[in-house]
Amino acid sequence: MKALVSVKRAVDYNVRIQVKPDGSGVVTDGVKHSMNPFDEIAMEEAVRLKEKGVISEIIAVTIGGQKNEETLRTALAFGATRAIHVKEDGEIQPLTAARALAAVFKKESADILLCGKQAIDDDANQTGQMTAALLDIAQATFASKVDIADGKATVIREVDAGLETLEIDLPAVITADLRLNEPRYLKLPDIMKAKRVQIEATNLGDLGVEAAPAIKVTKTAPPPARSKGVMVKTVDELAAMLKQKGLV
Amino acid sequence: MSIERDVMEYDVVIVGAGPSGLGAAIRLKQMAADAGQELNVCLVEKGSEVGAHILSGAVFEPRALQELIPDWKEKGAPLRAAVTGDEMHMLRSAESSYKFPNWMVPKTMHNEGNYVISLGNLCRWLGEQAEAMGVEVYPGFAAQEVLFNDAGAVVGVQVGDLGVSANGEHKPDFAPGMELRAKYTLFAEGCRGHLGKRLIRQFKLDAEVDPQHYGIGLKEVWEVPAEKHKPGLVVHGAGWPLDDANPGGWFLYHAEDQKVFVGLIVDLSYENPWLSPFDEFQRLKHHPVLKAHLEGGKRISYGARALAKGGFNSLPQMVFPGGALIGCDLGTMNFSKIKGSHTALKSGMIAGEAFAGALFKGAEGGDALQAYPEAFKASWLWDELYRSRNWGPAMHKFGTLFGGAFNYIDQNIFGGKLPFTLHDRRPDHATLKTAAEAKKIEYPKPDNILSFDKLSSVFLSSTNHEEDQPVHLKLADPSIPIAKNLPKYAEPAQRYCPAGVYEVVGEGEDQRFQINAQNCVHCKTCDIKDPAQNITWVAPEGNGGPNYAGM
Repeated sequence: MKALVSVKRAVDYNVRIQVKPDGSGVVTDGVKHSMNPFDEIAMEEAVRLKEKGVISEIIAVTIGGQKNEETLRTALAFGATRAIHVKEDGEIQPLTAARALAAVFKKESADILLCGKQAIDDDANQTGQMTAALLDIAQATFASKVDIADGKATVIREVDAGLETLEIDLPAVITADLRLNEPRYLKLPDIMKAKRVQIEATNLGDLGVEAAPAIKVTKTAPPPARSKGVMVKTVDELAAMLKQKGLV
Repeated sequence: MSIERDVMEYDVVIVGAGPSGLGAAIRLKQMAADAGQELNVCLVEKGSEVGAHILSGAVFEPRALQELIPDWKEKGAPLRAAVTGDEMHMLRSAESSYKFPNWMVPKTMHNEGNYVISLGNLCRWLGEQAEAMGVEVYPGFAAQEVLFNDAGAVVGVQVGDLGVSANGEHKPDFAPGMELRAKYTLFAEGCRGHLGKRLIRQFKLDAEVDPQHYGIGLKEVWEVPAEKHKPGLVVHGAGWPLDDANPGGWFLYHAEDQKVFVGLIVDLSYENPWLSPFDEFQRLKHHPVLKAHLEGGKRISYGARALAKGGFNSLPQMVFPGGALIGCDLGTMNFSKIKGSHTALKSGMIAGEAFAGALFKGAEGGDALQAYPEAFKASWLWDELYRSRNWGPAMHKFGTLFGGAFNYIDQNIFGGKLPFTLHDRRPDHATLKTAAEAKKIEYPKPDNILSFDKLSSVFLSSTNHEEDQPVHLKLADPSIPIAKNLPKYAEPAQRYCPAGVYEVVGEGEDQRFQINAQNCVHCKTCDIKDPAQNITWVAPEGNGGPNYAGM
């Protein structure tokens, strides 16, 4: 069984995001980037499924500029068998990514697409779903447990009401939620080996995919600063303050 | 129980991806390309990426970079704000100041032809250049131990284990650190490197020189309104709030993109145990001279790092069997220019050249390669450090005003070639007066506009450590902080640490010394200043520490 895992290069989760002075976006220059943490979870799940003998090949795929190669190297160090770089220097919106992933999925005749439920940079939460729709295959999003047997996947999803269990036919798209697993430490020897793997390059044109710049960001602004709190000494004082502000 | 470790062999292993380590790596690869030979070079860096742990002013003198990569401009090196003006101020009180006319400023403090840069960003760029040339760069892995052979020569480093719990047990995801073996190992950890410190002691590299002297540099990055931004303006100052017994100086640089870098360097030879470099920095920003630049702006980053400023008189021997010290691990900063980036880069380049030369001749390692110190002594770097050798000691001996006057005459009239050398032989950990002798300092409360408290500052360094791991700040004798340092010096660690790592909590019998190791920004000040020399900084799990962006 062949798994495709999509990995996105995003601003690292430790970085405090800065909005550019002119409000045209956030600062990404000189800022640490790493693999989107939810994609790391998807990657880890793929590796565990491979260790269990459920899947035989893991293909990591990324879409973006030259620096995305780092993200693929990380995926290889995790245990991806191959890596495909869809080279595109421009902005990549979810629909473009979904079209590219669908094209690679078809080309590789993959059985399963694993990806993060969303990327922490744009929080779009669209790519997995749209890819499933474009491929007209089943999807199970927000997975917190995945079992695969007999051409079916049993997926536990975290929903507002509790846990929901789905059984879907393969091929399918599964998107990873936070509690699916805890990604392993990458070992230096594996990172060293990953450096020596040849990355397969392609681009949107070769895949027959049209970029879909459907969304225009008009303004980026930081959240408003929280106003200063007041320390009160007694319950009466608190009650008086709340009344004064018309909150009770 | 012995752990089985993977081993990888290289020609050269470099510890630390700062200007010296990257300079050495790039030079080694350039030499190999020129000679049509193969050299395997591996560089490990404890930060989560190249540049994550780099903190510097910085006004950068491009001389060494020009030699290393002559087409740096075309290749997009991040030197974007050429210096457009130099100012120097003496602050006389919290309100008043004196601006020096340009002719009165020592020559070494002039900055024409230099650039205001983020050294972190320059290192990121140098890292890319190094990788493109085939250097294997591994960020997120800390060199934890030096490896020796039976003859006592250095043969590489062992990278830290991952997945060890706070009480030293192996967690389920334990990954043993690898052994990186090399013919030669270059230590480029920066000021007070934890391995460099051990090597200096073990091989007695500093036996014949003055003790190293240090400062702690605190820095913030501000974003200021466009109308206040003067790209390339360089402002330096001294005086208030520090004094001759507790000296230091500050900087304020206008970089590109509406950024202003502001910082304070406090000499770690300070005497008053009540002094808090962090709080001095916070109140400094309220002085009208600094406030004028920062008002209306927003602080976006904070960090701190110790610097080695002993210079020429404190330079230890550079080589030992199997390796060498380079950059600030050696102590190549030129304090008269308050610059260490170009000198660190140059020292790495010289070492890279020397070690490549030896390897081409078939060297197998294990020796103390004299070609490196010889080339060092024949270079402009040696000359530059020699000329500035009296700067720091003059300041310590004569105070800021008369020391400054001495330095003016020394640098402007004699070009640093006065026929005598001033020495400063008291180590920085031995300078504190007792808490009873010294005057207690009451610092003003932060206003949260220009000045801030320590914890909200540390937050801006984005420092992060895996919580369940052994404490990386080791006390040789755990009783000393409460039993000795507290009564005698009011435990100064609470104040000199710029990240709130050390706290004395509880009352009376229950008093104890708490180490909040996860706050650490890897500045090494505790390792330097503790009067009992009881604190040893060791490398925490890789990836830990600050995540500076654009520092």
